[in-house]
Amino acid sequence: MEAVIGLEVHVELSTASKMFCGCRNEFGAEPNTHVCPVCLGMPGTLPVINRRAVEYLCKSGFALECAVAPFSKFDRKNYFYPDMPKNYQISQYDMPLTTGGRVELASGKTVRLNRIHLEEDTGKNIHAGGHMTASDATLIDYNRAGVPLMEIVSEPDLSTPAEAEEYLSSLKAVLSFIGVSDVKMHEGSLRCDANVSIRPAGTTGLGTKTEIKNMNSFKSVVAALEHEIERQRRCAAAGERIVQETRGWDEERGVTYSMRSKEQAHDYRYFPDPDLPPLSLDPKLLERWRAELPELPARRKQRFIDAYGLPPYDAGVLTDSRFDADYFEAVAAASDDPKQASNWLMGDVRKSLEAHGLALNTTPMKPAQLGELIRMVKSGAITGKAAKEVCDAMVSAGGDPAAIVAQRGLGQVSDASVIAGIVDKVIAAQPDSVASYKAGKAKALDFLVGQIMKESRGRANVDVVKALLKERLG
Amino acid sequence: MADVAIDIAYIAKLARLPLTDEESARFSAQFGRLFDFIRELQALDVESVHATAQVIPLSNVMRDDEIKPCLTQEQALANAPDREGPYFKAPRILE
Amino acid sequence: MMETGHAIREAVAAKRRSAEAVTRSALEAIERMEPSLKAYITLLPERALAKAREIDARIARGDRVGSLAGIPTAVKDIFCLEGELTTCGSKLLANFKPPFSSTVVQRLEAADAVIVGKTNMDEFAMGSSCENSAFFPTHNPWDLEGVPGGSSGGSASTVGSRAVPIGVGTDTGGSIREPASFCNIVGVKPTYGRVSRYGMIAFASSLDQAGPMTADVRDAADVLEAIAGFDPMDSTSVDVPVPHYADQLRDDLSGVRIGLVREFEESIATDPAMARLYKEAYADLAALGATIVDVSLPHAKYGLATYYLIAPAECSSNLARYDGTRYGVRLDGGGDVYSMFDKTRAAGFGPEVKRRIILGTYALCSGYYDAYYVRAQKVRTLMKQDFDQAFAACDVIACPAVSCPPFELGAKSQDPVAMYLMDYFTIPMSLAGLPALSVPAGYVDDLPVGLQICAPAFEEGRMLGVAHAYERRTQHAAKREPVVS
Repeated sequence: MEAVIGLEVHVELSTASKMFCGCRNEFGAEPNTHVCPVCLGMPGTLPVINRRAVEYLCKSGFALECAVAPFSKFDRKNYFYPDMPKNYQISQYDMPLTTGGRVELASGKTVRLNRIHLEEDTGKNIHAGGHMTASDATLIDYNRAGVPLMEIVSEPDLSTPAEAEEYLSSLKAVLSFIGVSDVKMHEGSLRCDANVSIRPAGTTGLGTKTEIKNMNSFKSVVAALEHEIERQRRCAAAGERIVQETRGWDEERGVTYSMRSKEQAHDYRYFPDPDLPPLSLDPKLLERWRAELPELPARRKQRFIDAYGLPPYDAGVLTDSRFDADYFEAVAAASDDPKQASNWLMGDVRKSLEAHGLALNTTPMKPAQLGELIRMVKSGAITGKAAKEVCDAMVSAGGDPAAIVAQRGLGQVSDASVIAGIVDKVIAAQPDSVASYKAGKAKALDFLVGQIMKESRGRANVDVVKALLKERLG
Repeated sequence: MADVAIDIAYIAKLARLPLTDEESARFSAQFGRLFDFIRELQALDVESVHATAQVIPLSNVMRDDEIKPCLTQEQALANAPDREGPYFKAPRILE
Repeated sequence: MMETGHAIREAVAAKRRSAEAVTRSALEAIERMEPSLKAYITLLPERALAKAREIDARIARGDRVGSLAGIPTAVKDIFCLEGELTTCGSKLLANFKPPFSSTVVQRLEAADAVIVGKTNMDEFAMGSSCENSAFFPTHNPWDLEGVPGGSSGGSASTVGSRAVPIGVGTDTGGSIREPASFCNIVGVKPTYGRVSRYGMIAFASSLDQAGPMTADVRDAADVLEAIAGFDPMDSTSVDVPVPHYADQLRDDLSGVRIGLVREFEESIATDPAMARLYKEAYADLAALGATIVDVSLPHAKYGLATYYLIAPAECSSNLARYDGTRYGVRLDGGGDVYSMFDKTRAAGFGPEVKRRIILGTYALCSGYYDAYYVRAQKVRTLMKQDFDQAFAACDVIACPAVSCPPFELGAKSQDPVAMYLMDYFTIPMSLAGLPALSVPAGYVDDLPVGLQICAPAFEEGRMLGVAHAYERRTQHAAKREPVVS
């Protein structure tokens, strides 16, 4: 049996204001402080389309090779739920803004998209109970109600949970790259539902599918899919019928559970929203939006490989986010050495960032400063070891590398007469290593070099040290 | 003027508007006459007619992505039939 | 004595009368007649007097005042007015005070109209007699046992009683024109999209329009000019310049072609008294110099069915928000949230609203959507095309506004379809989105009857011009007094 997976991904767009009103679109604010009569669904209120949300969806469509529909409209999806201010959601039914499209996985496989449409998000229900209130109740915050949501529907082209994760990563990379969303699953700006079915390997028909909801991270998606595929396999093996239904993922227990039978699907009674005229976007406007797209991750990665000679893995990591990619290119330019820039960023900089709990977009270190540091190492102004110390200082507190070097007295010393004293001191202090080396153990030399570097607080020119040692010891 | 065979109970559920038996029966009878008129629509040839989407045609009505002043938390909650702190409060949801 | 808004405005601007004195006088008249009429849900005397005083102060300083300065104004309780009760005639909103005002109200206040109160209406604008108000029925000032019409019955009644000269109402299938006809006043439904719907509680989104209900045609022109125009808060409002309608009020009709609708004339012929009244009206139009032509609206007879599929469908969705969660009245029942929705709505909505929600939900159900809702929208296109063809042959259409004079309270309230038939002459213009008005055309059995005039889209000026000439010649309303005063 093989698995067939399709994903429905909801992405909150990072517009300044909501989809249909001027309330601030911001995560994490005090409850019910970003609301107005429109997004509260007060009597007499009317929606007005946010042009930027349309722009962001079209740009997403261009980045994912979708076709923008020449004619598109909004429809009302009617159902009752406490987080729905109007008890209908303004969405798009039969004429979405884009159709088609594709997502490239890291493995090279292409996943086709079916459509992308725009809709408004709901408020948030919080189930109160136990100690909070006398009786169970529902507490509702409408800050999120009306936030623009992009729904991306894939074809059932995914075959494994790992591919599903790759798909989500690729999607996240593209969308954050073009700057239309924060795409943070833990903040809810990226949400995912999956449709899963199984079929005999090598066949093309589709089995009964279940819809899986409530997966809150990429790991959950993988785990939930693995569990559900296994569950369906067991059912099939036992000769049981797989019920078409919605199943929730229970993270704690590691199982999917039945939520409701999909046969009792809501009749959403879709009809065109009479409050919103349709969209028939001017081709010139679409061209302008298309031209404003930045270089997409895949193309940028290839350019890093071709133009800078970076290995694919490094190029991949550096183009993971637009910010990181921009940072790298700035360091590459400032140091005039893309390979070194890449090495530093992937190595010591990353270590320092982790140690200090920072990221490239939160460290005070500027690309020009790292670039300058790299130049200083190449020119011999400091040793590689000293540079590590300077780098760490810059990552945590910023600053000019030359100034830090001067402050801490980290300049490289290349004067043999100065180094000779330290070399002799260490030779005297390490008779066993000296003996080892003379006996033929090359590693003993490294140990001695290390001790000399330590003694010189990393400032001794390594080549001079080695030359002096060889001179002394033969 | 036959009673119309609308499954009123099903519709009432969709509309979250439970009706008494008396209301159901009364509405059923009243719809009957209206549906005599509605049935006449079925006889018309509308094959080549497009449905009016909007009676005065407009398109591409959009606004700039600007933040406008909104309600204060107190204003938002002022009409709430029940609240708890900064939240609207409703009875529990039975999943 | 019929006092017009424009006469008041001139007197106030010229300091012959103070806005405060005018307002006091209006409030007194209202108070005197309210026990008989019950036209208001909420009276706002302090607010009105404060506004009036403020206008007088500005006039005294020589500051500019608005085009409706000092005119006492009635506002249908469907328009949100910030901080004041806005009930829409429903129990569900009996305690609702919106934190914002509708665009129409904002524009009236910017024009310095003096809002004296919120008037009674059929619940959620569904009805033709004001008997569907959750609170109480309103009475007709020309026959206290008669209905004022609906759904804008309260505004029609108070303006018809001459307590105030101007008011605003809303019209979805006839809810301004029919009560205007019943209460002997002028009532205008503008072109769809002419006036903003923001803050006007929605019944049927593709049909609802706000409009003036006034003592005379000149007042209607002035009020329409004040409230009309593009609103960025309403995506269906049209960005077309608003003319100074008063400039288009004519005294004669030479060169004007007036279309009489064959199908409507056949229909009204079944009531000889009404037919006679309208025949006289058309003769008056001809005597003013108009050319009378025959036109046809072949699909007019499908209007009722078309309207009673589209309007309930849209309203079933628009009224879903009334569930007791965020505002309004809630009936809890101690169960889960869905049982709260159920109990609140079942107890809160009146029978007419329930009927339309059920009908509308049905029309949108999968399996029925194409056969009912979509088909109705197609027939709507046919009706619009009928008008386009008719207006190739005439400049305006003249026809009955109603099929009968105001009927007695209770006479039709047991038979919904009989009530729906009241909209027969007004529905087609609503479906086509065209402007139409009712102007007093005389009396049958001493009860007022209105003449309807309809024009092509955005030709309100032309329509008001014709009505003005007719009013000036006939003076039907000015010739009599309401029974209550």
